Amino acid sequence: MTEVATFTGYVYPNETIIPWGVLIVIYPYLTGLVAGAFTVSSFYHVFGMQQFKPVARLALLTSLSVMLFVPMPLLIHLGHPERSYLSMITPHLTSAFAMFGFFAAFYTILLMLECWFVFRPGNVERARNSSGLKRTFYRAITLWSDDLSPRARLIDSKWLLTLAIIGIPSAHGLHGYIGFVYGSLKARHWWESDLMPIIFLFSAIVSGIALVMVLYVLTSRIRRTAIDHSCLKGLMMALWGFLMFTVVLEGLEFANIVYKGKEGVDMIIAYVQGPLFWRYFILQFGIGALVPVFLMGIMVAINLKGRAFVIGSTISSLLVLMNVLFMRWNVVIGGQEISKTGKGLLTYPMPLFGHESIVSASIVLIAPFILLAILLKLFPPWVEQSGDT
Amino acid sequence: MNGQGDINRRVELKKDKKRTQRREFLCNTSKALAGLGVAAGTGSLLANSPEKKADKAAMAAKAASFPTKDYDWTKHRWAYGIDTTKCIGCLRCVKACKVENNVVGDANHFRTWVERYVYLEGEDHAHVDSHADSQNIAAAGPGAEYRFDNRYKDEKVNRAFFVPKMCNHCERPACVQVCPVGATFRAEDGTVLIDHDYCIGCRYCVQACPYGARFFIEEEGVSDKCTWCYHRITKGLNPACVEVCPTGTRVFGDLNDPESPVSKLIKDNRVQVLKPESGNAPMCFYVGLDKDVS
Repeated sequence: MTEVATFTGYVYPNETIIPWGVLIVIYPYLTGLVAGAFTVSSFYHVFGMQQFKPVARLALLTSLSVMLFVPMPLLIHLGHPERSYLSMITPHLTSAFAMFGFFAAFYTILLMLECWFVFRPGNVERARNSSGLKRTFYRAITLWSDDLSPRARLIDSKWLLTLAIIGIPSAHGLHGYIGFVYGSLKARHWWESDLMPIIFLFSAIVSGIALVMVLYVLTSRIRRTAIDHSCLKGLMMALWGFLMFTVVLEGLEFANIVYKGKEGVDMIIAYVQGPLFWRYFILQFGIGALVPVFLMGIMVAINLKGRAFVIGSTISSLLVLMNVLFMRWNVVIGGQEISKTGKGLLTYPMPLFGHESIVSASIVLIAPFILLAILLKLFPPWVEQSGDT
Repeated sequence: MNGQGDINRRVELKKDKKRTQRREFLCNTSKALAGLGVAAGTGSLLANSPEKKADKAAMAAKAASFPTKDYDWTKHRWAYGIDTTKCIGCLRCVKACKVENNVVGDANHFRTWVERYVYLEGEDHAHVDSHADSQNIAAAGPGAEYRFDNRYKDEKVNRAFFVPKMCNHCERPACVQVCPVGATFRAEDGTVLIDHDYCIGCRYCVQACPYGARFFIEEEGVSDKCTWCYHRITKGLNPACVEVCPTGTRVFGDLNDPESPVSKLIKDNRVQVLKPESGNAPMCFYVGLDKDVS
């Protein structure tokens, strides 16, 4: 049973069924986390910033775990998921979405390759130090390559650097591309913006950094290990910087829509002042962005350290994660709540259960982290674990 | 339905074409790979496969009259005309369309609909509604035909008019542009159609249409919209909505024929299209549009 959207003003009759629901909110959110987490991993693996070593491999595994679930919300959303392969067999090249399958597949393979090289030395050691089925598993994972000679390690590191260098534009390209899917859609005023791909990209980076920070603090707590202050501070500074940039971009985009005042702007203004006010100004901009910007600014100004710093950073990260989720929601759902007539507003009815519902979206959102927990057990990325690159 | 056979045949031919395209895509890809030395020889083997040759021969044979032997889509350039000054809002067109095309029978799926614009005395902007509005549905009563209620009976109406809407079968359709698999396409005769057996149900086309003309059939998992009753027009008949229109508001015809109703409408009037700024170049031409119509 499809939920029918209620509306005010005048909307086209067919608009009362909102085409893209909550799963299409989760989809760019997950893609963004992938790109952001990969960025963190690249701080160390490409740019050689030693202070990020404690989280580099955690970030990489996070990126892979989330990426493997990126197609999931799309597939559930499709009316005919069994035909999805057609987009790769007969891609319709004028479509902004035709290349998604190729890009996603390419990037997933690239991530898996990078993980294979990063964790190879550790897996060789784990195979050596275990027996039976466990040994067979790790040997199989290393593809029976147990050469840890300096020459082999050198080849590994060359491959890693190459993959990471290809990975950075790929990750960011993939996410900028998702922004383009929305930004290029001229039928919707709320989406049609040249800034959209850039906003998507920067919000992706901040969400990924925030996620890695939360995961780092959380796993350190669970493992009862000390948090590397320099690493967490570095992440916070990166988050702070990118977040300020993102907020400015988002503000500029909104200012552009209002200032240009094209046809239909009255409805947009009515929308942001009414139904969107809390979700947009309070939760996304206020609590989700400005509060963490100020909070992190204060922490930097007073050079906060120790437990208070960890708590402050974690709170900021959680707020940023919320900010980006609201940004995705406000873009995807927001765009569809403003009628194409320019004369009405719709309200997206999100069902609790069903095909595209709170429950299905929550499962898709949680699933990557269950996979991540399993991967963290199998391939511990922690610094004190010897071997890995 | 009589025309269903025609549509099925046409869709089959479209599939033939698509199968060929798929094969060509695979061939080209494998050729590229062969060129890279990854799969030397594979490309040329596929490219010269007997199946492909047979396919090409079949396509060539059919090309004499495509897509069917009785209908050659290269000979027509269909267009639609709507003279809003004639529309009385009787909604026969909406009913006929629903029945003829087996459109989902609720207030949220329409291949065509009619909007009512009412300017009350002393007001600058129109009050707009359609028969899908809950008040109008309630006024029609359960199981009744669509109708507009009489909500303005106590108001002083300055002027009022009806505007029928539908897919504009654009010359540069945004819906076709965005389809990731090419399931929706603009035929040679100018109609924009959807291959329901190929649509993956992503609804990108629904988003891209600035006119709200597309909708998603939940039960079938595919997008749908007006086809100008393709099963009828390919047999020389009018679309159902044109056929039942009692006032001649809706006209249809071939732009290649200067005597066709639509050619005459365009010749005798100053016509407009909806949302020209979208760049979609609609092929539904309106007479008597008003500033508030969007």
